[in-house]
Amino acid sequence: MADTPPSLYAPREPIFPRRVSGFFRNLKWWIMGVTLGIYYLLPWVRWDRGPNLPDQAVLADIEHRRFFFFWIEIWPHEFYFVAGLLIMAGLGLFLFTSALGRVWCGYTCPQTVWTDLFLLVERWIEGDRNARIRLLRADWSLRKLSLRLTKWFVWLLISVATGGAWVFYFTDAPGLAVSLVTLDAPGVAYASVAVLTATTFVFGGFMREQVCIYMCPWPRIQAAMMDEGTLTVGYRDWRGEPRGRHRKGARAAAATRTATAYTEADVPQIAAEAEETLGDCIDCMACVNVCPMGIDIRDGQQLECITCALCIDACNEVMDKVGKPRGLIDYLALDDVPPAKDTPAYAGWSPKPIWQHVLRLRTILYTVLWSVVGMGLVIALFIRSDIELTVSPVRNPTYVMQSDGAIRNIYDVRLRNKSGDDRLFHLSLTSVETLRIALEGTTELSVTVPANQTLLQRVYVTARRDDPAAHADSTPLRFWVEDMTTLSRASSKTIFNGTGDTK
Amino acid sequence: MSDHDRKNPVDDVTGTETTGHSWDGIEELNNPLPRWWLWTFYICIIWGIGYTIAYPAWPMISGATSGVLGYSTRGEVADDIAAFRAGNAERDAQLAVSDLTTLSQNEDLYRYAVSSGAAVFRTNCSQCHGSGAAGAKGYPNLLDDDWIWGGDHAAIAYTVRHGVRNETDGDARYSQMPAFGDMLAPEEILSVVEQVRALAGEEHDAALAQEGAALFADNCAACHGEAGKGDRDLGAPNLTDAIWLYGGDREALTQTITYSRFGVMPPWGPPRLTEAQVQAVATYVHQLGGGEADPAPAN
Repeated sequence: MADTPPSLYAPREPIFPRRVSGFFRNLKWWIMGVTLGIYYLLPWVRWDRGPNLPDQAVLADIEHRRFFFFWIEIWPHEFYFVAGLLIMAGLGLFLFTSALGRVWCGYTCPQTVWTDLFLLVERWIEGDRNARIRLLRADWSLRKLSLRLTKWFVWLLISVATGGAWVFYFTDAPGLAVSLVTLDAPGVAYASVAVLTATTFVFGGFMREQVCIYMCPWPRIQAAMMDEGTLTVGYRDWRGEPRGRHRKGARAAAATRTATAYTEADVPQIAAEAEETLGDCIDCMACVNVCPMGIDIRDGQQLECITCALCIDACNEVMDKVGKPRGLIDYLALDDVPPAKDTPAYAGWSPKPIWQHVLRLRTILYTVLWSVVGMGLVIALFIRSDIELTVSPVRNPTYVMQSDGAIRNIYDVRLRNKSGDDRLFHLSLTSVETLRIALEGTTELSVTVPANQTLLQRVYVTARRDDPAAHADSTPLRFWVEDMTTLSRASSKTIFNGTGDTK
Repeated sequence: MSDHDRKNPVDDVTGTETTGHSWDGIEELNNPLPRWWLWTFYICIIWGIGYTIAYPAWPMISGATSGVLGYSTRGEVADDIAAFRAGNAERDAQLAVSDLTTLSQNEDLYRYAVSSGAAVFRTNCSQCHGSGAAGAKGYPNLLDDDWIWGGDHAAIAYTVRHGVRNETDGDARYSQMPAFGDMLAPEEILSVVEQVRALAGEEHDAALAQEGAALFADNCAACHGEAGKGDRDLGAPNLTDAIWLYGGDREALTQTITYSRFGVMPPWGPPRLTEAQVQAVATYVHQLGGGEADPAPAN
């Protein structure tokens, strides 16, 4: 036994993904364009909401505690919408993972998208895989330095734009853009930009696959959501193995055997055996060279694989060249393995149709759950009122005796006007007809609530000395508020506290 | 390191020395501390030394070292308070000279007065009047519509500023009910109690009240009025309403008439509270529910 134990630290192996083209590469270019476009441009989309409200289509207004999404406005007490959306996002992730494996990781995860963008820049400045490997091994020279500096500078520009776009979601974008440039923006804006610039630069430029392998919990969770029926990127080893590139050699060996064959009848069999000695995989390493995670998909399912499908494109290209059918590396389910070649079942075998993989009890269940939450949110969105009230009875003291012996309760009523104009709100009571209602500071029963605000109004409810409510322990009560412009109404239940001296 | 230097047994699998500790046959390897951990530890020590120099740290006989930065949490709070004071200075100056009867028209200043008045009330008034301003026996409830000295803005502000029956402020509200135990016989007092209960509409002994009526007219009506309605100018409470500062049962009334009461409220005007704070707390108390309408301005 050696005295020095083996090191537990594995240094990062640099990865130089080669350029590839094909269906999935094109799909990923489109997804990258759309997602980055949305991210960078969305804060600049305007949406007219009237004079008292911001005109930014998507705005998380932390300062005024409002969230705007086009025609939808969320107040803090409606945070369940955000919770619901998060639940939907979670269920959606489960659904996609159980049907198609780690499609989120492979196509839309920001880490994947920005790494892809950074790789594009890297390839553009330093060249493709072989040129980059040469550059890494080369001694430091003026050329190497200038290439590196150019690359880092472009990365930094992208990073600053990324960090910069983030803060625009939290305040008026054009105003903030100006103040960021003139150095008038709040410190927290610069700090956010700086932090996100740093994370984008480091995660996209240097850490890349390390983020997915070591930092992200998703590779561990995915195992619980995938099963052998899930479609995922895989290698048809039963078709590809045994792999090998010396096909000509195998044919030559066959030719020798043919020459020395005992009977003519053996010749076709020898030729067939020669073709069968090797599988379809010619071991060209194209799938490995394009992999952004630096793995070999032919080793089977791996934690590192983000299912970006670039190896499918790379392999299909090669299969086309060597005249073999496509799909040696493909989206496939692990249970779609044909029976052994020498069994009778092999002849009648064909892979399961795609719909059987997608429509399974599990995916249907996730879809149903996802839709139920979604429907609930949509219904909640439509039935929610423009006006609302919350009533909190003042409990210190629970009641006040007036000089004429009447019993008065005090309530803090919060009136919410979610519209863009000042509105006149009328307050009234139901349930107990004999109780009288009064508002602090006015002799009216109406009060003007400013646009897009909550008004705290002190409200008095009085029971005469001989009223049963004055002597009961507590009496149920319902407050109503009516918007005098739209005549929409809202109500809230509460109680009226009496002296509790009824025998 | 060769084997004979080792004090403890060596683990066969890894070839590493163990600490010699064994639990159910499981032994602990004596690996050196990770280098990064060790350096973090050293840096923490250096940082700790620097911290104790810069900030208050070492206990001395009377207090602690103050640190070269001169920082203290108490000083930070003082700075925060000063910053808030400075931020409110303009509104305070405006509030100090405002007419409270028309303050509610200036929405911003009115809201400031109510919320700062609430803070003043919690700090200075809630000890006697309660945090909800509901009062207690001998300490008036400020939520109801019964006021001994008046319940409009001006009257409340005056009471806050000068207090009641104190000796520090010459302008304090002042009234003194005599202790009738010295002037009336005990049975006479009992009859006056019945008369007071009759005036308040409470259950009473009609015959005794009849006797007490004459005594009431002679001794009490001068301040409380013929009908017992009280007089705010004299600070004489209304005896006919449902509210009793010291209780309306026979025992409490007998006690009040025999020994009288003498509730004191300190003056809260400057220097105790600032003029703006007096105005604020008066505004706050007025909007609690019992505030009375201000008299129309004389013009």
